[in-house]
Amino acid sequence: MSPLHPGGLDSAAALAASTAYHTSTGEAVQFWILGVVAVIGALCTVLMRKAVHSALCLAGTMIILAVFYLANGAYFLGIVQIVVYTGAIMMLFLFVVMLVGVTAADSLKETIAGQRWLAALCGVGFGILLIAGIANASLRSWNGLGRANAAGNPQGLAALIFTKYVFAFELTGALLITAAVGAMVLTHRERTERAKSQREQSEERIRAGRQLPPLPAPGVYARHNAVDIAGLLPDGTPSDLTVNKTLKGRGQIRDVSQEAIADLRALEQRSESRLGRERGEGTGKERRADDDAREERGKEEGVTR
Amino acid sequence: MDNLIALLIAAPLLGAAVLLCGGRALDRVGPLVGTVLSGASFVIGAVLFADMLGKGAGDRTMTQHLFAWVPVAGFKADVGFQLDQLSMTFVLLISGVGTLIHIYSIGYMAHDERRRRFFGYLNLFVAAMLLLVLASNYLLLYMGWEGVGLASYLLIGFWQHKPSAATAAKKAFLVNRVGDMGLSIAIMLMFTTFGTFSFGGVFGAAHGATEGKLTAISLMLLLAACGKSAQVPLQSWLGDAMEGPTPVSALIHAATMVTAGVYLITRSADLFNGAPTAQLAVVVVGGVTLLFGAIVGCAKDDIKKSLAGSTMSQIGYMILAAGLGPIGYVFAIMHLVTHGFFKAGLFLGAGSVMHGMNDEVDMRKYGGLRKYMPVTFVTFGLGYLAIIGFPGLSGFFSKDKIVEAAFAKGGTEGWILGAVTLLGAAITAYYMTRMMLMTFFGEERWRNTATASPDAPDVEPAAEERGRHAEPHPHESPSVMTIPMIVLAIGSVGAGAFFGVGDRFLRWLEPVTGHSEGNSPVSAGVVTAATLVLLVVGAGIAYLQYGRRPVPARAPRGSLLTRAARRDLLQDDFNHVVLVRGGEHLTRSLVYVDHTVVDGVVNGTAASFGGLSGRLRKLQNGYARSYALSMFGGTAVIVAATLLMRAV
Amino acid sequence: MNPVYYLYLASLLFTIGAAGVLIRRNAIVVFMCVELMLNACNLAFVAFSRLHGNLDGQIIAFFTMVVAAAEVVVGLAIIVSMFRARHSASVDDASLMKL
Repeated sequence: MSPLHPGGLDSAAALAASTAYHTSTGEAVQFWILGVVAVIGALCTVLMRKAVHSALCLAGTMIILAVFYLANGAYFLGIVQIVVYTGAIMMLFLFVVMLVGVTAADSLKETIAGQRWLAALCGVGFGILLIAGIANASLRSWNGLGRANAAGNPQGLAALIFTKYVFAFELTGALLITAAVGAMVLTHRERTERAKSQREQSEERIRAGRQLPPLPAPGVYARHNAVDIAGLLPDGTPSDLTVNKTLKGRGQIRDVSQEAIADLRALEQRSESRLGRERGEGTGKERRADDDAREERGKEEGVTR
Repeated sequence: MDNLIALLIAAPLLGAAVLLCGGRALDRVGPLVGTVLSGASFVIGAVLFADMLGKGAGDRTMTQHLFAWVPVAGFKADVGFQLDQLSMTFVLLISGVGTLIHIYSIGYMAHDERRRRFFGYLNLFVAAMLLLVLASNYLLLYMGWEGVGLASYLLIGFWQHKPSAATAAKKAFLVNRVGDMGLSIAIMLMFTTFGTFSFGGVFGAAHGATEGKLTAISLMLLLAACGKSAQVPLQSWLGDAMEGPTPVSALIHAATMVTAGVYLITRSADLFNGAPTAQLAVVVVGGVTLLFGAIVGCAKDDIKKSLAGSTMSQIGYMILAAGLGPIGYVFAIMHLVTHGFFKAGLFLGAGSVMHGMNDEVDMRKYGGLRKYMPVTFVTFGLGYLAIIGFPGLSGFFSKDKIVEAAFAKGGTEGWILGAVTLLGAAITAYYMTRMMLMTFFGEERWRNTATASPDAPDVEPAAEERGRHAEPHPHESPSVMTIPMIVLAIGSVGAGAFFGVGDRFLRWLEPVTGHSEGNSPVSAGVVTAATLVLLVVGAGIAYLQYGRRPVPARAPRGSLLTRAARRDLLQDDFNHVVLVRGGEHLTRSLVYVDHTVVDGVVNGTAASFGGLSGRLRKLQNGYARSYALSMFGGTAVIVAATLLMRAV
Repeated sequence: MNPVYYLYLASLLFTIGAAGVLIRRNAIVVFMCVELMLNACNLAFVAFSRLHGNLDGQIIAFFTMVVAAAEVVVGLAIIVSMFRARHSASVDDASLMKL
């Protein structure tokens, strides 16, 4: 890429200040292609159902913005954008997305009446206002950064940061430290007592008298043994003991008890017909339970016959 | 030399700060520090006085400007001091008598655990009082005015463990608030009328103001003076203020603070001179209080309360003299100074008696004490002779002048005022003689107090509380207490002659207050003769009642007037019926109006707003997104408005 | 091409981000939209820097990035602790702003 609209052009602009400032054709082409991609990325960020997709789209947009920074002569910022934003901040986002649950997709159905329409209206109105304001301003004579970047862009920035903006710079340092401490305070949970030893834990478990053996594994008596499927008790109901509390909290448990009961019933049916017993001796409870499974059972029956 | 003025105030203020903030480490040296710093103030005052005497009568006024206190455009208040002959008189009185009473307190308060605090409060009082008399504008004067009010409150309630003292302090504070309100209104009126409240500015512009405005300001100043100087109708606090330690009663409630009202009126002479109606009100207040205080003083058996009535009465004299205008200002101040000497001496004497009598205050349980307390007897006796106007002593000169000035007012008014002052002189002689006889002469009634019934009237509860039912052993006070009494007695004897002979005081003060001789219908000699005759009559009646016959240890029922006077001429009952009951009725009717009219309007408005809000609250659904939307919409509107304004 | 188009792009991205904040309910996505708005502002700053021919605009953009980093740290910590407490990352669940 050629972010070089540079010294020569700059002095030309200085010579003919009244004429409109123009970028090179290469930069124009780059702008129109990447600009469209950036807008699409931004829209996808807003519209994707899964947070992880949004994050990826946003990362793309940010990389394109980094390119634009470079094209505008902000070489240092362009690199920082890639390193800090896409490298650090977006990764932090992805990390939290994973922590919170990567599969949980948002429902895009709006719950507040009129919120979406009003938001769209305000957004469009605001955008039109901004664009009208920019168009209204006469931004014809651009100075370019040729002179400012003469000694190198990072050097120029450094000279400003450590002279004119040194106080603000120190303040941001304090802000970062505060933020780091704040994050620790927010996510930290104080351990108020000594961690229990294994011996104490086992003694406690025995004294409490519940669940002495290890917890049952998920998927027992179920069709699958994946971690998100609760194991079934002998009567066919799912057992909470077998699945991770976090998954349960997120609502990511798959309940297969109905299917399992249906399977069981089908199996019984098959064995009954094979042994030649009469049907209809089943208990009322069973009859109630297998409403859902009736069709499947009928299918099975048909197959057996 | 002018720059020393601030030091006058700074010394006791420093003492107050050190003693009140210093903590227990200063308990031992506290009294000494307070006394020394008060004395320092007196020494500085004396230096300034010597300097002032060296100048001509016309240019004796010194000023010192410290800093601009409130430097707002159109509203200027400076912290500046003005020391002229009037202020100088007060400075010497306050710091001099103040220092003597500090010394006295070293002995009197020797056994009090909180004496460091006591001396801190005393120093605070001296500083505030000096600020009051040295201020060069009314706003700063107001600060001093409030300062002495605060110090008075703290000192009256110094023994706050006694409910009666705490109540008395509150009463004094509240009644004083009424007067303070008058002063603040007067200052506000001055600002709206003259645009300034510096003495120079106000008095310079006073001639140009309408009489109505001057009358309004002067009446408000009179209200202030009534509050601080315990004049009718704001007199009720002074008697109760005697709950404070006796040195406090001597310094604040006899010699200095209560005379602040006289200072205020004299200082504002230019305002009062232009408002004859207000002057008439001043004279009436003075005359009524003069008789009121004297009558109360006759009936009380509590030595301090009797003296308090006497103080009220004597200040009535001063107020009356100040209300007479240029004829009387000088004599008001002169009486103020002599009164400062002899009344402080009398109070210290009373304190000395109480000190020797286990804090007993009931005069009916005294008697025959002259043998046991010779110094107290002599000094108290000299003060007694001074206050009744015995020829040659200070009261004779100052009071006589006031009586003359009252006659000199001229016309019917002059005759009435003259009569009132003469009558007051007679009653003064009566109650002071009664006090003298009951305390120092007659049989020794305290011999049997151990068995006296505890519900005797007018007995200080403190006497019982402290559980000293044993028979008292009267004794002379230590020299640290008697020396101030002796000094004050010398002042009581000599001050009047020093001031009066050759009109020395008149010539000293005249440049500040102005003076004019009235045309008296009676000659000075006749007035003096009449005063002396009435003096003898008053003292004679007292002798017949209390000197010839034994004094009953329990007060007889007495006449209707006596009983009323024992209850301070029903002042508290009057306040209760008129102010408290009236206030209750007023508030009740206001509550009714509030419930029906005001609440009706308010509730109606509230109901309509409630209905409106019920609809509006649907906008507030608790979702952060919804609020963000309204913020975003608002931003859009602001951007649109900005662009529109730029386009136009 | 006049570089003013960078400003148009910036305002467009800003508006999209703002709309996203208002529409989405997942706190993480809302947060990403905020980042998008910040980035749009940065682009505008860089373009202005070019317009004026000095580096102050870039300095501001730099400070914005630092502040954004701090904000992300604290914001994500809040989201995590909110998720711990409520098992949800929806901003509508925290509708405690009314009585």
